[in-house]
Amino acid sequence: MLQDWRPTCSLELMRLRAQMLADIRRFFAERAVLEVETPLLSHGIGTDPQLEFFTTDYCLSPTRQTLFLQTSPEFAMKRLLAAGSGSIYQIGKAFRNGESGRFHNPEFTLLEWYRVGFTLPQLMDEITELITGLFSGRSLQETQRVSYQQVFGSFTGLDPLVFSYRDYCTFARECQLSEAVAICGNDHALWLDFIFSHKVQPHLGDNALCMVYGYPACQSSLARINEHNALVTDRVELFINGIELGNGYDELVDAKQQSKRFDKELAIRQQQNSPVLVKDKRLISALESGLPECSGVAIGLDRLLMLLSGSASIDDVLSFPIRRA
Amino acid sequence: MAIYSTNEFKAGLKVMLDNDPCAIIENEFVKPGKGQAFNRVKIRNLKTGRVMERTFKSGESLEGADVVDVEMQYLYSDGQFRHFMVPDNFEQYQCDEKIVGDAGKWLKDQDSCTVTLWNDAPLAISPANFVELAIVETDPGVRGDTSGGGGKPAALETGAVVRVPLFVQQGEVIKVDTRTGEYVSRVKE
Repeated sequence: MLQDWRPTCSLELMRLRAQMLADIRRFFAERAVLEVETPLLSHGIGTDPQLEFFTTDYCLSPTRQTLFLQTSPEFAMKRLLAAGSGSIYQIGKAFRNGESGRFHNPEFTLLEWYRVGFTLPQLMDEITELITGLFSGRSLQETQRVSYQQVFGSFTGLDPLVFSYRDYCTFARECQLSEAVAICGNDHALWLDFIFSHKVQPHLGDNALCMVYGYPACQSSLARINEHNALVTDRVELFINGIELGNGYDELVDAKQQSKRFDKELAIRQQQNSPVLVKDKRLISALESGLPECSGVAIGLDRLLMLLSGSASIDDVLSFPIRRA
Repeated sequence: MAIYSTNEFKAGLKVMLDNDPCAIIENEFVKPGKGQAFNRVKIRNLKTGRVMERTFKSGESLEGADVVDVEMQYLYSDGQFRHFMVPDNFEQYQCDEKIVGDAGKWLKDQDSCTVTLWNDAPLAISPANFVELAIVETDPGVRGDTSGGGGKPAALETGAVVRVPLFVQQGEVIKVDTRTGEYVSRVKE
């Protein structure tokens, strides 16, 4: 008899997941942050050139439309914020095509929340409270906060904000990573992804939450540029035991700038021969109508559960990972 | 040969890398949430046996390597080459000592072993996990000692030297684990 009808996670893990979700909901209820739901199926999708999406056909005879499965609930939640929702959170599924591995499943669970009027440091305080609360009784060390430039420099001796092809190449060769030269070429952001994921990230958050802030401007995505230093962006990433847990921004509220960034991403997609997209006009309209100053963060709950349970693979915390789904 | 994308890399897959045939040992998908996806691959060069790590941009691909393992019978050494034969079709292969390497000291005429062929030429030889070989030289043992503690060196008919218990005598046939080079037992004729 085939055994692959069985879940890959234990019953104990299913209970731990339920407990984690209950704890998270209580955390936000105590702070009067509103739980919301937004569609998984949508007409628009993020233009991030690094995210592949799923599409599906919506058939309402005689018409047929292409809809996207959301890579994150960000756009829809920002539309709620612009409509005056106040601080909100959501626990839901997100879909990213082609992502499968020890830490990836193409369908996964995200916790995303937005705090109206919060600066990024304030949001980082709240993230710390949530995470340390969930890990209570598990002796998590004190939370570390470090800037991207500082942490990158301390593990590599390189300046991530100023691209030096020669220094980056020399470093890669010294680390037996000479393939980086061919892969990254003159692409600063790609070099940072390569070096950070090989030489920096594995060391972050040794049994502690490590928050890295001040990402280089070339990796700004939907974060605003820092008002004091145009080389960095108000973006934070969370790590525990070298595992990337989440990503937060002081949100870009400027519709024109956002529209420009979309155009830039669309141009990159075109260069990569990625599927053609149009930018999400409803999000741009929402930003034009006015997104309140806010900070937001998304945390991968399956990975959080891996860390809470000491699991080695995401399959150990999912009932049915993609190969059994 | 087929082309394999990083998504198809899995343990055991044979691919060409830097013009050498290699076997994938491990493949880890690495992707920053907002960044480029990579595959960090542990790979063994089948010519040198060296294990290395190499990163690929996800979606890159490598050409497959025509590498197969074939059970063969070891025939003889002519001093320069060792000769092997596929029992099914009597096809013969010759293989120089450099490629035979360490495996040579376990090869006895007529014994079977695994020959790894790359483009139909021998690339590596693996002896059977267990071989039975006669001792050609060892110090006389102490009578009544059955503990085997400590032991003594014994030279085998193929040239290998293994440690055997003191009670094992010259002329006896013993079973040896070729993966560890350790004595397993005496073989009753």
